[in-house]
Amino acid sequence: MRRTVEQTLEELLHLAASHFRVPREQLAPDDDFFEKLRIDSLQALELLTRLEHHFGIELPDYELQGVTSFRALAERIHARL
Amino acid sequence: MLDLSHYASLGEALREALQRWADHVCLIEADRDRENCRLTYRQFQERALPLARALQEHGFAPDERAAIIMTNQSKWLISAYAIFYAGGVLVPLDYKLSAREQWALLRHARASVLITEFPFWRALRQEGRLDELPLRLVLVTEAPPEADVGEALRWEEFRGEGEPTFVPRRREDVACIVYSSGTGGRPKGCLLTHENYLEQCRSLTAIYPFSPEVRYLSILPTNHAIDFMVGFIGPFVCGATVVHLRTLRPEYIREAFVRYKITHMSLVPLILKNLERGLRERFAALPAHKRVALRALMRLNRWLTRRRPNVRLSRRLFPDVHRAFGGHLEMLIVGGAFSEPATLQFFYDLGIPVANGYGLTEACTAVTVNDLRPFRADTVGKPLPGVEVKILNPDADGIGEVAVRGKNVMAGYLDDPELTAETIVDGWLLTGDLGWIDETGHLHLVGRKKNMIVTEGGKNIYPEDVETFFEGLAVKEFCIFAANYIWPERRLGDEQLVLVLHPFPGEEITEAVRRDVLARNRRLPDYKRVHGYLVWDRDFPRTASLKIKRTMLAEEIRARRSRADVHWL
Repeated sequence: MRRTVEQTLEELLHLAASHFRVPREQLAPDDDFFEKLRIDSLQALELLTRLEHHFGIELPDYELQGVTSFRALAERIHARL
Repeated sequence: MLDLSHYASLGEALREALQRWADHVCLIEADRDRENCRLTYRQFQERALPLARALQEHGFAPDERAAIIMTNQSKWLISAYAIFYAGGVLVPLDYKLSAREQWALLRHARASVLITEFPFWRALRQEGRLDELPLRLVLVTEAPPEADVGEALRWEEFRGEGEPTFVPRRREDVACIVYSSGTGGRPKGCLLTHENYLEQCRSLTAIYPFSPEVRYLSILPTNHAIDFMVGFIGPFVCGATVVHLRTLRPEYIREAFVRYKITHMSLVPLILKNLERGLRERFAALPAHKRVALRALMRLNRWLTRRRPNVRLSRRLFPDVHRAFGGHLEMLIVGGAFSEPATLQFFYDLGIPVANGYGLTEACTAVTVNDLRPFRADTVGKPLPGVEVKILNPDADGIGEVAVRGKNVMAGYLDDPELTAETIVDGWLLTGDLGWIDETGHLHLVGRKKNMIVTEGGKNIYPEDVETFFEGLAVKEFCIFAANYIWPERRLGDEQLVLVLHPFPGEEITEAVRRDVLARNRRLPDYKRVHGYLVWDRDFPRTASLKIKRTMLAEEIRARRSRADVHWL
């Protein structure tokens, strides 16, 4: 069964928390992930690779363009599922 | 390599290169861990000429402008060569700009042809109507078979029959219009001539000669001045091989080093620091005695290579490190922004020379480079051959504005004679950067005279361009400054933007305004965000036409406020 956007978002938050070793409960869907995770654009790209493996899709680097919140990123992932 | 003094244009030099090294591999395109294509110089030509022919069949005339908006990939270079072959002017635009910004620059450049990738075209179409632009031909690459490409044609099917006509250009003709800034404010379209590029390439290859044995890894977008010169024109006129990697992800960069036996790569400080962080983490995980040994070896290597790099020797001292970089790396080239000396020294001590330099789009890429003889982490190097650098109005410490003269200096700004006259005075390009020259002729940069910052990713950010994103804030007036412009510090690196907020009379900055600032800031790409805000209680000085007198305002703020008054975000 196809995931919902909310499910995709929840999985994304879980993966981001484990990848950058922060407690999951500290991350909220509308958080700016650059700020919250204290990462730069290259570290965000590393997360993209992790997401590709998890969701079994390809996410070109440019999918991060203009995206700063977990929710917006989840929507981009969902559009490719 | 080709003797570039014999050629009048980029098209002519590239045409000769494609013939001379016909059977040598010129371009490999890789995406993640798979290889998309591998072309010899002959095959490159076989792909480019039908495109040039089709452009001509569609009426593309000499001096017409063709824009490219693409990630770094093989079709970028193939399209650029076809445009030069047909005598056109190339307008490389940054694919990372928003569709609105790209739209504005396409309009400003009056580009009649656009070559772009499908996702960017889709975004551009959502931004506005095609007939609002002077575009009459759009080519889209890699569109899915069922996709609606609208008025565009598919790049892969756009092929003409028969030989295209090679259109000769003169050295003084414009080859490219490159935007150095101004996406939200005053567009700065640098007019760079064939002479600018050919002479710049001659100077650079005189210091760092490339050869057919060079395998250059291209990870920066080709619209970036460094990659256009060091990852396209330079390698091609030397018969070298360019490997395009369509991702910036560190793990794939590391893989590409090994798989393609990379010898050279250009990068911006942000990526260099990422590589440094990765290495330092690995070193930190070593047992204590190995860390001590490593530090001793680094000191030894520094002493052994104090006069010039000796990569072969260094490879023997640090086999694991060099193996991780593929075992063939000769040099990294870093530019686009200020690099921390400690980072440069770290790599040099491991036997990986990092050639850093200083340049700006208006000077066609580079002004100074470190020749590594000896390596100097504390400077941005000496002027390139044929390039003069002087310090204007030096103070007691010899610090003043850096001015540049040479055949690499642009012809001017597109449609802006006033700004051109302010920027190029008596043949000298006024850079707006502050520096001094030491007794050995090395340039040291210490700050900026102009109100702007350069990010670690190599992007020039002008406050005026960011202000448009804060329009409508519930304050009487606001403006943005580079912190170093208000409070000059004799150092570069970690440059910050400050939003100056003047609340309505009798009001303070409310929590709602603060939240609005934060929300708008978050919607901006990270490199365009303001780093803090400052509350100001006086009317901004303005001209008769109500423009903010920024210099005067900066002086007023400097007199009454310090960095400590900024609320850092």
